Amino acid sequence: MPHIFCTGCGNGTVINCTLNAVVEMGWEIDDTIFISGIGCSSRAPGYVATDSLHTTHGRALAFATGVKMAKPDFNVVVFTGDGDLSAIGGNHFIHACRRNIDITVVCMNNMIYGMTGGQGSPCTPSGAFSTTTPYGASEPVFDLAELAVAAGANYVARWTTYHVKELTKAIKAGMETPGLSFIESVTQCPTSFGRRNKQRQPSDMIDHMKTHTILLSKKKRLEEAGQKVPDDYFAVGEFARRNRPVMGVKNK
Amino acid sequence: MSRIEFMQGNIACAEGALAAGCTFFGGYPITPSTEVAEHMAKEMPGLGRTFIQMEDEIASISSLIGASWTGAKTMTATSGPGFSLMMENIGYAVMTETPLVIVNIQRGGPSTGQPTMSAQGDMMQCRFGSHGDFSIIALTPSTVQEMYELTVKAFNLSERFRCPVFVMSDETIGHMRERVIIPDSVETEYRKPPEIGKLPFEADSTLIPGFPVFGQGHRVHVTGLTHNEKGYPDTNDHETHEKLVKRLVWKVESKRHEIADYDIENTSSEIVFLTYGPATRTVRQIIKDRPDLNIGHINLRIVWPFPEEVLSKFKSAKVFIIPEMNLGQIAREVGRHTNVPIHSLPKIGGEMHNPKELIHAVEEYL
Repeated sequence: MPHIFCTGCGNGTVINCTLNAVVEMGWEIDDTIFISGIGCSSRAPGYVATDSLHTTHGRALAFATGVKMAKPDFNVVVFTGDGDLSAIGGNHFIHACRRNIDITVVCMNNMIYGMTGGQGSPCTPSGAFSTTTPYGASEPVFDLAELAVAAGANYVARWTTYHVKELTKAIKAGMETPGLSFIESVTQCPTSFGRRNKQRQPSDMIDHMKTHTILLSKKKRLEEAGQKVPDDYFAVGEFARRNRPVMGVKNK
Repeated sequence: MSRIEFMQGNIACAEGALAAGCTFFGGYPITPSTEVAEHMAKEMPGLGRTFIQMEDEIASISSLIGASWTGAKTMTATSGPGFSLMMENIGYAVMTETPLVIVNIQRGGPSTGQPTMSAQGDMMQCRFGSHGDFSIIALTPSTVQEMYELTVKAFNLSERFRCPVFVMSDETIGHMRERVIIPDSVETEYRKPPEIGKLPFEADSTLIPGFPVFGQGHRVHVTGLTHNEKGYPDTNDHETHEKLVKRLVWKVESKRHEIADYDIENTSSEIVFLTYGPATRTVRQIIKDRPDLNIGHINLRIVWPFPEEVLSKFKSAKVFIIPEMNLGQIAREVGRHTNVPIHSLPKIGGEMHNPKELIHAVEEYL
């Protein structure tokens, strides 16, 4: 099927993991709605044969809140990207987590604005090059998983496109958990990110994910033991699984 | 049977929405529109309908669009600054042909301006505020009774035309208390389902496609990008874009004589007032008080699409006097459709036109 994603893009992997989770959940096609904002990630619903909304930049969660509150029987899945969710959509993100509305949010964090040609995002790692950080990103990075935990989401996990099985399991776990589930997938973008950061091949980026991730539990153990985790490592795993009051649950 | 109540304009708006079948209200508080949301917050849960206070106006209109695609009749109420924040998604609603009702209880602007004072400064914003070419429908009540009736009508028009419809009221009518006759039931219109065999965005001769409600097996993809009749993006083909956008504009504009809603008085007059909203009340008062002036009057209950044919009903008109609570936004529109001289009578700062000001304007022509 023709699609708009670049060669080596990780979005297909995340879509695949999400759809596998949907199949495992046994959700009916007609009761499942995919919603997205703007950017590479947001083209995903166009390739899924359900009712879907491709909305405005950053606003996917606000649209999804309307869908879910008007029709709690629907299963609502939001595809979003790091720029879409955390920059322009930051306020909607924290309030959707605070409401703990029963939606599954899958964030393809490729650390860059891909669709507009590779500008820096709030998730561009410190020192990384982009078209708007030509001297290396100088701002601190947003940790989206930590943000979702702090804002009140019931299920929060982070994996990468290298961790296909774990990612699928996490998305399914999020779908099973009532309330807002936030699953972040660090995703390779060789075209806009890798090319400017010495990871030109898709495999370079996937190798980097493999070698620079650390299990959250291991990270905590190291920190408790007073050992330092290298700065360019990021934690993957389950950040929250809890049972806070939720909004928009199915009518039983 | 009907009941008679003494009611505030904003409450009449909320009651009209409930009567019209509004099942989803998403909003964010802003003066002077808040009573609409407060009344909906109080009434909707008991009726099994949804009220949600969103984190801002952008989120509010987003939630409306989402809810509307599940088949809900949706409304939000706001005022100038909040209305400005909604502009991007008003365009999205136009492009995706999503029915929704936006109530703007106008206040003094620009910027934060006069939150508690009345104005009609958003008349051009509602028509042209979003980006690109589009058409919308805007209703302008001048009494609390009309606030009720036109809110009902706004829902019906938005369902029929699949476009955002605005109730462009103002602080004066919103906060005024008046006698209102509330009917037991009102006429309501529901969006038509898609015809079998038609694509989700394929229109018939009405130019309005049937609405494929989510969850009914249509599997429709809704996007704000230029899309083909299947609903899928087709952004590089100029013919697709031209066909789509022209249809979106024309489905409203071609029906403007049908949509038009006004009342006219004394069509043989040489001096004719054209009003909408609060100034209508002042003109009605001077027509009553000074029959000797032989004043003609056009009261517009729908300003957009502009019903230009109403002007030609006044064959002897030597001047159209247009009192507005802005610096002449609709006066300019009137001028586009007639060779009769235009006398704009702007007033800003929050106060309505008083009879003396209008009589003084008439006397200039006697």
